[in-house]
Amino acid sequence: MNKHFEERLFVGLMLASLAFIVGVLILILATVLIKGLPALNLAMLTQTPRGGYYLGKEGGILNAITGSLALAGGATLLSCLMALPVVLYLQVFAKNARLVELARLSLDVLWGVPSIVYGAFGFTLLLFLGLRASLLGGIIALALLELPILVRAMEEVMLMIPFDLKEASYALGATRLETSLRVVLRQAAPGLFTALLLAFGRAIGDAAAVLFTAGYTDRLPTSLLRPVASLPLAVFFQLGTPVPEVRERAYASALVLTVIILIISLGARLLSRRLTKYMIR
Amino acid sequence: MTNETLIQIRNLNVTYGSQQAVQEVSVDIPAQQITAIIGPSGCGKTTLLRSISRLVELVDGVRVWGEVIFEGQNIYDPRVDVTEIRKRIGLLAQRPFPLPMSIYENVAYGPHIHGIRKRQELDAIVEKQLRAAGLWDEVQSRLHAPASALSIGQQQRLCLARGLAVEPEVLLCDEATSALDPISAQRIEDRLLELKRDYTIVLVTHILRQARRLADYVIFMYLGELIEHGPAEQVFNHPREARTRAYLQGELY
Repeated sequence: MNKHFEERLFVGLMLASLAFIVGVLILILATVLIKGLPALNLAMLTQTPRGGYYLGKEGGILNAITGSLALAGGATLLSCLMALPVVLYLQVFAKNARLVELARLSLDVLWGVPSIVYGAFGFTLLLFLGLRASLLGGIIALALLELPILVRAMEEVMLMIPFDLKEASYALGATRLETSLRVVLRQAAPGLFTALLLAFGRAIGDAAAVLFTAGYTDRLPTSLLRPVASLPLAVFFQLGTPVPEVRERAYASALVLTVIILIISLGARLLSRRLTKYMIR
Repeated sequence: MTNETLIQIRNLNVTYGSQQAVQEVSVDIPAQQITAIIGPSGCGKTTLLRSISRLVELVDGVRVWGEVIFEGQNIYDPRVDVTEIRKRIGLLAQRPFPLPMSIYENVAYGPHIHGIRKRQELDAIVEKQLRAAGLWDEVQSRLHAPASALSIGQQQRLCLARGLAVEPEVLLCDEATSALDPISAQRIEDRLLELKRDYTIVLVTHILRQARRLADYVIFMYLGELIEHGPAEQVFNHPREARTRAYLQGELY
C-alpha cells in the first residue's frame, strides 16, 4: 500500500516537471508566434532595412537572416575542421591517458565559458590581427564557442562505436588512420551530423559573441572583411526601440530565427536517416 | 597433409595489468591443418589466439613478452610492420561485425587498403571470396545493399569472405560459430574444413564436440598455462595429463 503510494507520488512528480518543461516551451513558442506573426510579412524576409526602418518605416531583416546563416555556417565549418582531428586523436591515437584527461577537462572548462567572454577575446584577437569587426571575426569567435561543444558531442558519439568494429578493420591490416577515416567516421556519421547541428544551433542563436566581433550592418554580407548583421542582434536592437511597430518586428525576427533552427533540425533528421543506411547496430 | 610447422610460439607471456592471462606458452602450430585451442572459459585461449596476430596489443594496459615466430620472423620484433602481419594472419571473430558499408565494399575494403584499386580486379576478388565463403548465391543480386541487412549467419560468412580477401596464410577463428544458429554454424564449419587445404587455421572453441569434428591438432589450456598439446586423436583419446582428462570428461570448468 505504502509502496504503491510512493510509486504514484514519484511518477506524479516526474509528470509534473515534464509538463512544466513542455509548458515553458509552448509558452515561448506561443509568445513569439502571437507577438511576431502579425508583423511578419514577405517584405521582412526579402528586403534589407531602408531609411527609417528602425522608426517603423519600410524594409526587412534579410541582412540579418543571410548574415546569421553565413556566420553560423562558416563557424560550424571552421569548428568542424578543428574538432575532427582533435576527436580522432583523443579517441583513436592518444596513448597518454593523462593528456586525454587534461584535454577533456580543458574542453569542459571552455564549454562553461560565457559567450560574451568569447566575444571579448575574439575582439582582442581581431585588434591584434589588425582587423575590424567583420564576418571573419564573427566566424572565428563563434567557431571558438562551438569547438568544445562539437568535440565533446562528437566524442560521445565515438564512444558508442563498438571496439569489435575497429578490431575488424585492424585485423585486416588497416592502419589507425585508415580505420578512423573509413570505418569509424562512417559508422559515426549520423551522430557527428547531429553534433554539428547542435553546435550550429548554439552559434546561430548567440548574440554576445558576435556583438563586438561581427558588428552590425544594414547591408547583405558580401565580404569576409566587412561587418555583418545577425538575427539575435536584430532582435536585440529592435526590441530596444520605443516604436511599437519595431518592437513587434523584434518578435517577428525571433520567430524567423526559431523557424530556421526548426527547419535545420528537421532537415538534418531526414539527412541522417540516409546516413544510417550502412550503420552497424 | 604436411606436418610442417608454420608458427612457433616460444615462452609467450601476456599480462593485463597485474593479471597474467598467458604464461610461458611454447607450442608449434602445424601448417595447413586445423589447430583447436580448448579449455574452460577464462583460461587464456582467446588471448593466446589474438597474440598470434598482435591484435592483443589493442587492449589498454596489456604487456606481451616472448616470441611468436611466423615463417622465420618474430612478429613481436619492433622492426616488423604490424599491419603486414595482420594482413597475413586473418581473424574471424566471435560475433560478426560487418563494416558500415555495402556487402561489396566489405569484401573489397581489405584489398583496397592494401593497394588494389582497379575495379575489375576488385570485382573478381569479391566474387571469388564470396564464393569461397559460400555466400555468393545469396547476395550476388544485392552486392550494394548494406551489410547490416544480412542475417547474422550470412554476416559471419561475409566476415569470412572479408578476411579471405586480403589473402592471408593463417586464419584465426575466435569461437566463430558461438553466436550462430546450428545451421549457420554448420556452414561455417564446412567452410573451414574446405579452407584448410589452402590455409592454416587456428580456432578457439569451448564446444568439445566441435573441436573433435574439426581439429587435426589440439592445444589444451588451463588458467593461462598450456597443459597439453598434440595430434587431435591422441589428445582426445589418450590424454597424458590428468587435467586434460578431467576437462574432457566435463569435470573441469
